Amino acid sequence: MTAASWIAIAIAIVVAAVAQRVIRRTAAGDASGRFFDHPAAAVGLAVLTFVVVLAIFAPLIAPYRPSLQLDIVALQDSPPSWQHPLGTDLFSRDVWSRIVFGARMSLGVGALATLVAVSVGGAVGGGAGYFGGATDAVLMRLVDVGLAIPRIFIVLVALAVGHRLDVVPLALLLGLTGWFGTSRLIRAEVMAMRGGAFVEGARGLGASPWRIIVAHLLPNTAGTLIVSASLGVANMMLLEAGLSFLGVGVQPPVPSWGNMIAESRDQLATAPWVSLFPGLAITLVVMSLHTVADGLRDALSPRATPGTI
Amino acid sequence: MTAWLVRRVAAAFAVVFAVVTVIFFAIHVAPGTPFLPTGDRPLDPAVEVALRARFGLDEPLPTQYARYVVSLTHGDLGESFSQQRAVSAAMGDAIPNTLVLAVAALAIDFLLGITIGVVQAARARSRTDGVLTYATLFVYSLPTFWLGLVLLLVFGQWLHWLPVGGVTDPVLHDTLSIAGRVLDRLRHLALPALTLGLVAAAGTARFQRSAMRDVLSTDFVRTARAKGLGTAGVLVRHALRNALLPSITLFGLALPFLLTGSVVVETVFAWPGMGKLAADAIGSRDYPVVIATALVASLLVVAGNLVADLLYAAADPRVRPT
Repeated sequence: MTAASWIAIAIAIVVAAVAQRVIRRTAAGDASGRFFDHPAAAVGLAVLTFVVVLAIFAPLIAPYRPSLQLDIVALQDSPPSWQHPLGTDLFSRDVWSRIVFGARMSLGVGALATLVAVSVGGAVGGGAGYFGGATDAVLMRLVDVGLAIPRIFIVLVALAVGHRLDVVPLALLLGLTGWFGTSRLIRAEVMAMRGGAFVEGARGLGASPWRIIVAHLLPNTAGTLIVSASLGVANMMLLEAGLSFLGVGVQPPVPSWGNMIAESRDQLATAPWVSLFPGLAITLVVMSLHTVADGLRDALSPRATPGTI
Repeated sequence: MTAWLVRRVAAAFAVVFAVVTVIFFAIHVAPGTPFLPTGDRPLDPAVEVALRARFGLDEPLPTQYARYVVSLTHGDLGESFSQQRAVSAAMGDAIPNTLVLAVAALAIDFLLGITIGVVQAARARSRTDGVLTYATLFVYSLPTFWLGLVLLLVFGQWLHWLPVGGVTDPVLHDTLSIAGRVLDRLRHLALPALTLGLVAAAGTARFQRSAMRDVLSTDFVRTARAKGLGTAGVLVRHALRNALLPSITLFGLALPFLLTGSVVVETVFAWPGMGKLAADAIGSRDYPVVIATALVASLLVVAGNLVADLLYAAADPRVRPT
């Protein structure tokens, strides 16, 4: 582990701290106050910023290239040391470097999949809630079906037929099978608002239904969308890790936290660090996303009672 | 009540039928082909044509769909590519194992989850509550397969307390007495059930804590306290009974979670259930098996939700339809 990468980590931590300050200052007064009342949510946000910085600047922060086999004889499965703080794996690759680069895959797939899921869920929920009647009935029965199939099985069915998917199609697949819950939440909120004066006003000015949904109704569900997005990223990351563990997610040699655990499974007894650290990384990020979601929920919905976490 | 029940069951069947349709089209719309060359040589086009004819893939889509639905109603799930036997036979071996695992995990989930949730609510905002809140959040955030590997490492490899995989001891099981066999099965069940059950229990505890806190702040609980009932009496006899209602809904939600988790957990523990069957089938591109597992998993979820609805109606007169 070089001095440069220690400096890079220090810089990442500083960036995380500064980002917190900036958000605290600039975000709308009340809501940000309520968010930062949760120490856990603030810590979660710091952890997430740190991991995002790691992912973006991975080539600068990681001391080695992720697939570089350093010395297959001397450094195979070597335990954590000053040189390699998280040890090396079976192929003498530096585990810390692979975790830093793996953050790109794990966060990237999680974020893209969630973007798709929240967009589709918002559009379907908005449409169903606004139009009601037959549109609503058809869309919601579709959602019932989607929720009835345990998600991993439908993803496996799609993967069973196709070739191994690239990262982007994989994220799209996860997104397209992950919007059902969100659409229900959004539908309920839009239904409650569709009779509102601002909707009637927009309609009176000649706005098209889609303009009303996209420009007037969905922005009012931003709180729900944001909270369900942060929980969505957590779920998508766990699902990606599980699929990569089964060998159908992100394909080696590109590291993702899930496939790192899969690859090192047979060395679990002799070199546990190779599987332990990626697992801890997933847990830490998922936990942070949950605390952030809880904080956001309290911050964005004035009715909620604070202190769930 | 009967009319409602009939409607509810009919709706469940409609959902199952829709699931079948979705799965059928998912297979046919997805890019790629089930017939891939196994070695370096490309697949002979004549062979592919013959294979397509053999599995009926050369017929028009509506015909294929109709045949698919008809054969399903006969319980025919097709033929496994990799196991040289009917898919239904493979499923018949796997489903009981998955059900045993799911029931054990459910028991851990609800017993542990509800207890923790009640303890937290009874001591809301105390240090115990705080520690348990973070502990449950931590466990809830664990990837199940990774927790399984860690438990395997600690209890199987380091401490040698429990076996590292399978349903029974491959050598000794047949030589054991009946009690010994039961014990052998339980010892093999312990780690996979604990892996699934712990993560699920963490979710249940988070849910139960808030349900219990809502009930504890109601008037009838204050009345029960005012007339001098002990804390335990109020908690268990008055509050818990009402706070348990939402858990019935959780039961419906727990099934998809357990079935999803079973895919990776069964793989970790070499537990020959539906999840492992599905995961192995993916590896060998045995897609009739993948489809069958998806179908049965969906059936179980729909049935679970139906049972949850019935339980809810039985437990709470207010939601009982007339």
